[in-house]
Amino acid sequence: MNTFNTYKTSWCPGCGNFNILKCLKTALEELDKDPYEVLMVSGIGQAAKTAQYISANSFNGLHGRALPVAIAAKIANEKLTVIVNSGDGDSYGEGGNHFIHNIRRNVNITHFVHDNQIYGLTKGQASPTTSEGQVTRIQPNGNTNLPLNPILLAISAGAGFVARSFSGDTKHLVSMMKQAISYDGYAIVDILQPCVSFNKINTFAYYKSRVYHLEKDYDSSNKLGAIQKSMEFEDKIPIGVIYKEKRNTYHQQNITLSDSEPLLDKKVDLNIVQKLIGEFI
Amino acid sequence: MYNILIGGEAGQGIDTTSFILEKFFKKSGYYVFTTKDFMSRVRGGHNFSLLRFGNEIITSHSNKVDVIIALNDETIELHSNKLKDNGFILCDSGLNSDGPQIIKFDINKMAKEIGNINVAGSIAVGVILKMFNENLDGLEDIIRASTKEKNIEVNVKAVKAGYGIADSMFLSKNGEFSDWMLISGNKALALGAIAAGVKFYSAYPMSPSTSIMDYIASKSNEAEIVVEQAEDEIAAMNMAIGASFAGVRSMTATSGGGFCLMVEALGLSGVAEIPVVVVDVQRPGPATGLATRTEQSDLKFVISASQGEFPRMVIALRNHTDAFYQTVRAFNLSEKYQIPVIILSDQYLADTSSSVKPYDLSKVSWELPITAPQKEEEYLRYRYTDNYVSPRLIPGKSRNFVTADSHEHDEQGWICEEAKTRVKMVDKRMKKLERLIEEDLQDPEFIGFENCETLIVGWGSTYGAIVEAIKNLNNDGKKKYGALVFGDVYPLPEKLLREKAMVTNNIINVEQNATGQLASLIREKTGIECSQSILRYDGRQISAEEIVSQIFKGGDQ
Repeated sequence: MNTFNTYKTSWCPGCGNFNILKCLKTALEELDKDPYEVLMVSGIGQAAKTAQYISANSFNGLHGRALPVAIAAKIANEKLTVIVNSGDGDSYGEGGNHFIHNIRRNVNITHFVHDNQIYGLTKGQASPTTSEGQVTRIQPNGNTNLPLNPILLAISAGAGFVARSFSGDTKHLVSMMKQAISYDGYAIVDILQPCVSFNKINTFAYYKSRVYHLEKDYDSSNKLGAIQKSMEFEDKIPIGVIYKEKRNTYHQQNITLSDSEPLLDKKVDLNIVQKLIGEFI
Repeated sequence: MYNILIGGEAGQGIDTTSFILEKFFKKSGYYVFTTKDFMSRVRGGHNFSLLRFGNEIITSHSNKVDVIIALNDETIELHSNKLKDNGFILCDSGLNSDGPQIIKFDINKMAKEIGNINVAGSIAVGVILKMFNENLDGLEDIIRASTKEKNIEVNVKAVKAGYGIADSMFLSKNGEFSDWMLISGNKALALGAIAAGVKFYSAYPMSPSTSIMDYIASKSNEAEIVVEQAEDEIAAMNMAIGASFAGVRSMTATSGGGFCLMVEALGLSGVAEIPVVVVDVQRPGPATGLATRTEQSDLKFVISASQGEFPRMVIALRNHTDAFYQTVRAFNLSEKYQIPVIILSDQYLADTSSSVKPYDLSKVSWELPITAPQKEEEYLRYRYTDNYVSPRLIPGKSRNFVTADSHEHDEQGWICEEAKTRVKMVDKRMKKLERLIEEDLQDPEFIGFENCETLIVGWGSTYGAIVEAIKNLNNDGKKKYGALVFGDVYPLPEKLLREKAMVTNNIINVEQNATGQLASLIREKTGIECSQSILRYDGRQISAEEIVSQIFKGGDQ
C-alpha cells in the first residue's frame, strides 16, 4: 500500500484541520492512491495550507481561485487525482462564482471545504457561513448577513455528489472522503470544524452535540428530499451523503477528451495546421 | 491601387458584401487589405468597410476612396468628402442624395424582384465586379462561404443581375497574390496558437478578442484542443495557469477590461514560474470605453500590472505576419523562461483582413519543458541554476513531487519567509529577464534612410501606416525619414534605438493613445526624448496620409 507522509503544520493546537488532514491521509491510503498521481490544489487560508502538509503534488494558488486551477489541471491530465482543500471564505466567498460554475462544469475533482464558519487566517471576521447575529470584531453588533447554505446551493446548482461531515467524526469523515474521491464528477464535502481561536460559538462541543448520521433509510437520490434535508441546520445537523446522482462528466462530454489519451499527451499535428493555413488561400 | 468604401446600417450585409468582393479580388491576384469600422450594436447605426486592393503590398487603410457603395443616404453624407476627384458613389435609385459623382441603379427594386430585399448588397457586388472587369468564375463557392445554404441561390442570382446592368470601367490587373492567404489579425493569432500547440484555451467573451476564441473553438475537434468559456476572466487566467502547470500549452485572450481581472493571476504565473500566454486585444478604455474601436493605451498598464515585481515579456503585434509567428514565439519564450508573456494586439489589427504570404511551418519550433526525471539529486522545482531557470517537471509524469506556490517559497516550493531566501528567489526570477534581453530580445524594425534626419518611433499595429508614410515622405525627397517600429516592447530593446538616436535627435512618436506611452517608456529606460508626438485617441486608426500631414503641420518639412 502507498503511504502519504504528513509534515509539520502551523495550525493552532486543537484545530479541526489536524484531524481533517489525518483523515485525508487515511482516505488516500485506503483507496491505494499513488502519491505521485495526486494533485492537491488550494487557495489561501488556514485550510488551504493542507496542500503543503501532505506528500503529493501541490498547487497553493490564490485566495478563492483553487477551483479554476484544479479543473484545468484535471482537463490537462485526467490521470491525476485532483483534490481541493480550502476554507469556507475561500470556497464560498472570494471563490463563490467559481463554486457555482464549476458545479455546472462537472469536472471530476473533489472539493473538501473546511467549514469553520469564520475567517481564521485573517483572525476572526464573519465568513459566508457565519451565523446570523454572531458578534465578531468586524460585526460588533452581530452579523446581519444571512449565512449561505452550501449544501442547498450545491444541490440547486446541479452538483452530483454533495455531502457533509464533521472533523470530529473520524470514521465518518474518512468514509465521506473516500466516496467523494471515488465519485465520477465534481464532489463536494462540506466539513464542519471548530476554530478554537476565533469562533467561540461553533465549538467542538457545539457540533458534537448537534451532528447526527443520516437515517439508514434516507434516500440520497431524491432531490427534493435532499433539498429539504439540506435546510436542516439548527439544533440538529445531518451529516452524510445528502445528495448523489450520476451526471455526465466534463471529460465524457468533451469531444477532445472523450478518448482515453490525456490532453497533455496529444501532440500538435502539422498536417492539420497546414490544412488550416490552406483554408485561407 | 483601388479603395472601395462600403457603408450602411448594421444588418444591411456590409460584412458579406466586402467578404465576397475581397474573395474575388484576391482570386484575381490582387493584394487585399480590408478594415472594418463598426458600432457596438447589432442593428442600425452606421458601419463601414474599407477595401483596398492592388498589385503591390498594401500595409494600411487609406481614407481616399475611389468608390463608395452606399447602402443608405447617411453613408453618402458621412463619406463623400473621402471621394477622390475621379471617384464615384454607387447607390440605389431610391436614395435622396444626388450629385455628379453619384451613379444610381434600381438595386432595391431588383432585389425585390429576386425575392429578398437583403440581397441588395450582392447586386452592388455584381455591379462592382463588372466595373472592375472581374469574371464570375467560382461565384457559387464564394457565396457559399459567406452565407447560409438557403440564401445561396438568391445571392448568386443577385450578383449575376448586378453584373448584367453595369459596364466595365477599369482594367483587371492580374497580380501575383492569388496564392497568398487572406486572413484577419485575430485569426492569424489563433492559427499561430494552434501551430504552437495550444491545447487549452480559456476565455470570457470580450470585444475585440472574441473572434480568437471563435476560431479556436471552431477547429477544436480536429486540432484536439479544449476551449473553455470561463465564468469570468479571473477564472480564465487561473485555468490557463492550472492547465500549464499540469503540462499543456495554454492561452487566454481578452481586452483591457478583462485583463484588469487577470492581473492577480498574472503575478501568480510570475512568482510560481508557470508559463502562460495572455493576449490583450486593446480597445479604448478606461472601464467599458469604446467596445468596438481601437487604441494602444494598455502598454504602461500591462508592463506594470500586478503588485510586486516579477519578470514578464510584452510583444506588440505589428501586422498579420507577426500575429502568427510572434504568437508561436510567445509560447516558446514563455516556456523557456517560465514567465507570463503578454501579446498586445488591438481592434484594428484584430478585425483587419490582409493578404499575407502563407505561413511557413518549417519556421515553427517548440520549446519543451524538462520532463525527464531527475535521478542523481533530489528534485527541487525552484532549484537555483546557472541560467536562473529551474527544471519544470510535469506532475504525475515522474516519481517526483511538483509544487507551485503563490507565496514566496524555497527551492522545494514550500512557503518560506526567510530573508535570505526571499532575496535569492527575487534575484533568480529577475535574472531571467536579463538573460532574455541578451538571448532573445528583438530590436524594432527599421524602415527608411539609414542616415535619416527625422526618426519616427511607433509600436504594434501602426506599423503599416508608418511604413506607407515613410515611403511617401521619402518619395517627396525634401528630407530623409526613417522609422523604428517596436514589436518586442517590454523589456524595451534599446540597442538599435540608441544607435538611431545618435543619428538624429528629431524623433517623433506616433501612437494611438493620448499620453504617448511608448515615448514615456523610452524616456524612462534610455533618457531619449521625443521632440514631437502624433497621437490619435478617437478610437479610429491613423492612416499614412494623416501621419504625413501631421508631420508637415508640425513644421517638419
